[in-house]
Amino acid sequence: MTGNQITDVVLLSMKIAGMAMVFAIPLAFVVAWILARCEFFGKSLVQALITLPLVMPPVVTGYVLLLVFGRNGPLGQLLEGFGVTFAFQWTGAALAAGIMAFPLLVRPMRLSIEALDHGLDEAASTLGAGAVTRFATISLPLVLPGLIAGSVLGFAKALGEFGATITFVSNIPGETQTLSLAIYSLLQSPAGDRAVIVMISISAFLAIGSVLLSEWVAKRIGKWGRG
Amino acid sequence: MGARLMLDVNVGAKLDQLEICAQFTAGEGLTALFGHSGAGKTTILKMIAGLVAPVSGHIRVGGQVLFDAERKINIAPHKRRIGMVFQDARLFPHMTVARNLTYGRWAGRRSGGMAVKRMTDLLGIGALMERYPANLSGGERQRVAIGRALLCDPAMLLMDEPLASLDQERKREILPFLEEVRDRAGLPIVYVSHEVDEVARLADTLVLMSKGQVMGAGDAVAMFSRLEFGPALGRHEASSLLTGTVERRMADYGLCEIALGAGASLFIVNNLVKPGDQLRMRVKARDVALSLTRPQGVSVRNVLAANVNAIALDDSPFVELVLDVNGQKLRTRVTRHAYDELGLKQGLPVFAMIKSVAIGQRMLSGRAKGHG
Repeated sequence: MTGNQITDVVLLSMKIAGMAMVFAIPLAFVVAWILARCEFFGKSLVQALITLPLVMPPVVTGYVLLLVFGRNGPLGQLLEGFGVTFAFQWTGAALAAGIMAFPLLVRPMRLSIEALDHGLDEAASTLGAGAVTRFATISLPLVLPGLIAGSVLGFAKALGEFGATITFVSNIPGETQTLSLAIYSLLQSPAGDRAVIVMISISAFLAIGSVLLSEWVAKRIGKWGRG
Repeated sequence: MGARLMLDVNVGAKLDQLEICAQFTAGEGLTALFGHSGAGKTTILKMIAGLVAPVSGHIRVGGQVLFDAERKINIAPHKRRIGMVFQDARLFPHMTVARNLTYGRWAGRRSGGMAVKRMTDLLGIGALMERYPANLSGGERQRVAIGRALLCDPAMLLMDEPLASLDQERKREILPFLEEVRDRAGLPIVYVSHEVDEVARLADTLVLMSKGQVMGAGDAVAMFSRLEFGPALGRHEASSLLTGTVERRMADYGLCEIALGAGASLFIVNNLVKPGDQLRMRVKARDVALSLTRPQGVSVRNVLAANVNAIALDDSPFVELVLDVNGQKLRTRVTRHAYDELGLKQGLPVFAMIKSVAIGQRMLSGRAKGHG
């Protein structure tokens, strides 16, 4: 594998993980908010459903995605009418990555939302701030560390997703072959040793880098905590 | 302007175990909602602010209806123009003191009211502007919270036990600021407290609460002298409030003469007040002794001619009396033995003796002229 090919794989992985996060982060935030703040019938079921990708074998999740979002799946057919296809496309890899990362996104967000002091919201309202302003100036900044921690964790997870992706969208170079899948392919061939080491290094670098970044950002934002 | 901003509360609600049914009005100056914890004081304050909705009744400030159950009116808190200071300050932890103070302006779009500079001077927080709340002491936090509430240009200020979370030292630090705000901010204040000390110092009007109901309401000085509220205002703390003007200082003795009007005066140990200052003095009933004749050769500096005005007599070893001193009411507690031996009865002229040392700095509160 040439250097250019490696770069392409890395960029494709970033694109897939990035796209996954663009959709998953706002959705996860809304879900985390509802789970933290609302009581409703079937809440435990929703919670279990969200946690499922974390505990189910990834191969099974991938197969379920194939059944539901594949060419002949109910949602797959429906979305194809709107020009969106997932099967064996990079978008499908993004969907798989987003779903696998979802539980990791929701959890830290939910914890930080639950930790919000409702009293601050009350105080802000007596100072003349309406609901939208209160969210933007009080709630959002205070949950930001949790939001960022969750997002980085989710991004790292999406970057390394393997099982569900290979089951759902296969291992197509240039379309669905992410870093993990490329490493897997190279390990299958006897000639790929050097490239494997490069890829593994990149993968580890990205993972460690994103975790450090999230720590740094959280510390910057959270400096009011104690000082 | 006080009449325009009259607060009219008549609310009913059932929250947890507490049935709230309260009706009172409050005008200019500081109105204290006083009662034991769990009496529903804070809940009523939150109802005025709009943070808790009553089930029945109405809340009005001046001509504006904030809540009316029958007409289904319930104005949102951020549209009420009512500032609130919470017991736990509730400063926004991710903002500097400066951002906290001006929150009502940049987030609440309120303008007008006091200038920021004047506020920080009044509360002595000018040096804290760039700090975060986590780096402030309890007293500093509470002062910032007061400033923040005042800077959002409120028509009325609510204070929910702003001193309760502070130690004695900090309380003494904040109390003068509260007096300052009461006398200079020029807006009605509703103040919740369960400390007789604070109420005696600060209140113009007193609303006495117990178990969600209003037991009585009226002028603070008059309320203190009413015997039926003795237990509610603290049996051992039972006291009365005297008001007077500083006549002169006797610097060499460290004493001050306070004119109570019509020739009567009190001597207190103080070197901080100035002639002309208006003072309110809290005198505990147990610090007042009685004599049938003008006592001679006693160390007690304060001997006031008085008449017995009211008597509360029961099986206890003590008798509570209210004396009339030049129109002001003075409470005293004597033993039943002394009561019988002196033959005290309504209308009897007596001499009340108060030791100067019984009126310490803690029992005094200043008022700006033309107030109280």
